[in-house]
Amino acid sequence: MKGFIFDIKKYSINDGPGIRTTVFFKGCPLKCWWCHNPESQRKLPEEFEDCTFRWHLSHDYENKHRIGSEVTSDQVLTEIKKDIPFYEESNGGATFSGGEPMLQINFLNELLTLCKTNNITTAIDTTGYTDYKNFKLTYNQTDLFLYDLKLMDDNLHIKYTGVSNKIIHENLKRITNTGDKVILRIPIIPSINDTEKNLDEMIKFIRSLKNIREINLLPYHKSANSKYGKMKKENKLPELEPPSKDKMNQLKDFFASTGIKVKVGG
Amino acid sequence: MNERIKKLREQTLNAVPRLSHERAELLTKFYKSGKADRVSLPVARALAFRHLLENKELCINDGELIIGERGPEPKSTPTYPELCVHSIKDLEILDSRPKVWFKVKEETKSVYENEIIPFWEGRSIRDKIFNEVDEEWKDCYAAGIFTEFMEQRAPGHTVLDDKIYKKGMLDFINDIKHSIVNLDFYNDPKAFEKREELRAMEICADALISFANRYSNKLSELAQLEKDKQRKDELETLAGICKRVPANAPRTFWEALQYYWFVHLGVITELNTWDSFNPGRLDQHLYPFYKRDIESGLLKEEGAKELLQSFWVKFNNQPAPPKIGVTAAESGTYTDFCLINVGGVTPDGEDATNELTYLILDVIEEMRLLQPSSMVQVSKKNPDRLLKRTMKIIKTGFGQPSIFNTDAIIQEMLRHGKSLYDARCGGASGCVETGAFGKEAYILTGYFNLVKVLEITLNNGFDPRTQNQIGIKTGEPNSFSTFNELMSAYEKQLNHFIKIKIKGNVIIERIYADYMPAPFMSILIDDCIKNGIDYNAGGARYNTSYIQGVGLGSITDSLTSIKYNVFDRKIITMDKLLGTLKNNFGDDKELQNKFLFETPKYGNDDDYADEITKQVFEIYFNAVDGRPNTKGGYFRINLLPTTSHVYFGSVTGATPDGRQAYEPLSEGISPVQGADIHGPTSVIKSASKIDHLRTGGTLLNQKFTPQLLETEEEIEKAVKLIRTYFKLDGHHIQFNVVTANVLREAQKHPEKHRDLIVRVAGYSDYFVDLSEALQNEIIRRTEHSML
Repeated sequence: MKGFIFDIKKYSINDGPGIRTTVFFKGCPLKCWWCHNPESQRKLPEEFEDCTFRWHLSHDYENKHRIGSEVTSDQVLTEIKKDIPFYEESNGGATFSGGEPMLQINFLNELLTLCKTNNITTAIDTTGYTDYKNFKLTYNQTDLFLYDLKLMDDNLHIKYTGVSNKIIHENLKRITNTGDKVILRIPIIPSINDTEKNLDEMIKFIRSLKNIREINLLPYHKSANSKYGKMKKENKLPELEPPSKDKMNQLKDFFASTGIKVKVGG
Repeated sequence: MNERIKKLREQTLNAVPRLSHERAELLTKFYKSGKADRVSLPVARALAFRHLLENKELCINDGELIIGERGPEPKSTPTYPELCVHSIKDLEILDSRPKVWFKVKEETKSVYENEIIPFWEGRSIRDKIFNEVDEEWKDCYAAGIFTEFMEQRAPGHTVLDDKIYKKGMLDFINDIKHSIVNLDFYNDPKAFEKREELRAMEICADALISFANRYSNKLSELAQLEKDKQRKDELETLAGICKRVPANAPRTFWEALQYYWFVHLGVITELNTWDSFNPGRLDQHLYPFYKRDIESGLLKEEGAKELLQSFWVKFNNQPAPPKIGVTAAESGTYTDFCLINVGGVTPDGEDATNELTYLILDVIEEMRLLQPSSMVQVSKKNPDRLLKRTMKIIKTGFGQPSIFNTDAIIQEMLRHGKSLYDARCGGASGCVETGAFGKEAYILTGYFNLVKVLEITLNNGFDPRTQNQIGIKTGEPNSFSTFNELMSAYEKQLNHFIKIKIKGNVIIERIYADYMPAPFMSILIDDCIKNGIDYNAGGARYNTSYIQGVGLGSITDSLTSIKYNVFDRKIITMDKLLGTLKNNFGDDKELQNKFLFETPKYGNDDDYADEITKQVFEIYFNAVDGRPNTKGGYFRINLLPTTSHVYFGSVTGATPDGRQAYEPLSEGISPVQGADIHGPTSVIKSASKIDHLRTGGTLLNQKFTPQLLETEEEIEKAVKLIRTYFKLDGHHIQFNVVTANVLREAQKHPEKHRDLIVRVAGYSDYFVDLSEALQNEIIRRTEHSML
């Protein structure tokens, strides 16, 4: 089976436990203003000046001004398998991220099955914006969900991400009722979702959930700014500064009051 | 760090490297006196050694707790005219060159002109070497195919085991006498030679005792004059220690350290051995003393630390002796490669870490000195705590300690025929070289330019730079119809040059064996006393000669590029390639970029390239490994560069990997600078495709940004990264944790970054002391960063 990805990152140490390989799926239903992977949003390969990612193992050097490739699950598996010694040593594995991996559910499911067959643990990094049946399909095939929680107010959620948060929150409730495979990931976007109101609602919501394994707070960073330029895409937050270390530590304490383990960074 | 240590540290940091003519003058006087002519060669060397120790100026620095300098003052560095006579021009260059300079006084120049040069010219080992080696050897040397370690410095490359902590020099003298008594003049035709050698050893052992006694007397004198009560007590204690050791086995932690230091001074005064010597497994040797002194209340942890710190300063006071010419280029540094080992396993194969291991790591972190270098041996049996502690020091960004795989080192030694016990007591020294400490002469003989051999192959045996047919005719490259034909031509050329190198090595080995015995060193290395044979003549239990291959990444990428672009994809013809290389790419940037960015590269866990790494490794291994040397041992390979990758690059034209002519080659087994774009796990996978266990050491450099080691969890993951490399039998890994921006800034404003220490290759150095080419090369090495 084939799917669209735009990167495979080795020694990924902020996307789940241990040393991991992260496969970035192309295509996302959300268009977050702060998106640090703007190249993930469209499903099909697109123009990108000086693309640093090279699907080098097929030695395809022709498409250097495009980002995204259509690849087979075997090609991806071959890449993932290369770092098995590292996963085994560190209790790591593969993370499927994006974009939204659930958008290519069949491709995702095949990769999960292939990893499982090869004794590689997996994680799915998801926006949660998908039909619940996709969670059902993947739940037993994977070991972990890195589940994003962004904004509690639905109007703001629609404004900043392009979609409603209803289905995201509903799916989160259901999946955490099923078992303890969820790590919540909260991006901290100064002035957008670190308002008192949003934080209070968030913690209230989190307290209502069962089985949250861990909360990761991901500080906004500006590393994507140059990508917007290379893609000729509009960056809606060109001036936004990352939150300070102190601020992140405060937030860490704030969320720790739920009794759940909190970490700054993935 | 207390006030005393702060002061001592400042002193050593501010001491000016100077060239001292003291040793050269004393040695010349001795040889001119005619005393040397009346005795056998080893005895003459021993008497010269004694003459040096009896007459050299003593130096006791304020506040120090370990005493003794090689020169008249810290960083005052002697010369060794019996090995290499510096000309007045050499002295002027040393004085004025921008990097790794040594200040030379007018007086020194005049002593050189009037006494040293007239006496030693033509007699030095360097002169002998250049008289004895073949013309073809000289042509290859001039072309930059290989370098030669022993043309200015003596074979050394050994490390001490635990013997001095059990025996004093008087005990060694007993052993020597015992060996003399047991000589069998009826059956052993070498008995007389052995007696002379053993007598020489006895003189040297005795000379070291006298040297310590001189210090003892001087300390007593100083104590009498000293007003400060505490210092007076210290001086008196030290005077007592110097009476006790090295004559007798040490009883305390302090005595053990001071004893080692006298031995160290002995070794580096006798000759300027490459890798100046070092105590080896320091946490193992000192632990019994530490434990006993702590338990008896004689010592507190703070006191032990202070003594170690004072000990550290002594190493930093001894720069590597001045090097010139190619030798300076291949090893352009003040560092003299005293690589202190901690961690590893006990002789029984158990986890060897103890409290002292961690105390020494604290000392390394606090002292932050260039010398001594430090490394941590990590076996699968050592706890993660050891690696975590190590990573936290590395994270501070001064390139130390480096990290070694004990389990691999032991297997390497077993393959070389060493006993399991000896292997477990060994480790790595210099940059990354495997050795059985206290029992082996493992001599690095020179670097070998793996990339230049390809350039010669592509020119059918001709060297374009020196315009000389130094290789054999293996065919015009455009006549090769397959890549394998090219590989087989490369193999033929490489074998040809290795033969020339080995022939030279054999000659040089015998020159040292016959003309430059090292009787003091011979006391220290088993089984020289038992065998009655000198260290330089094969007296050690194990004798290994290494040839160090350089440029594994560059040669892989160059061959890969030819395979990919010429043979497989047929993007260009061989003739076009050769034309482009000859023009150093000229205006053909497009083609150069194709080579640089659109061709498979080593370091990305890409079998297309890595298969060629393996082939090159096998060719090099087969050419060298297992050939006999003249000392009863064998030639082996290791893969490390010091700074020779810059020198070798400077003599090698443009290469098919897109490298411009005369730019540095890749270093160690690291990928070409910037070629590894898939992160550290891919580098490690590529690097572990060669069989480290069949080498005597490989060097892998990784550059990490500080962000990769920010949190406890990230450090833990880095620990697992290293553990995985070692599970895959990797020999060594080291990290530079500094951003490229900081380095660029330091290049622009060296005055503001005089304290910036970076990992070069198997050792650390002050960034501002490095040549500009090397600075650029380090900046270019991939910075494994994450967004």
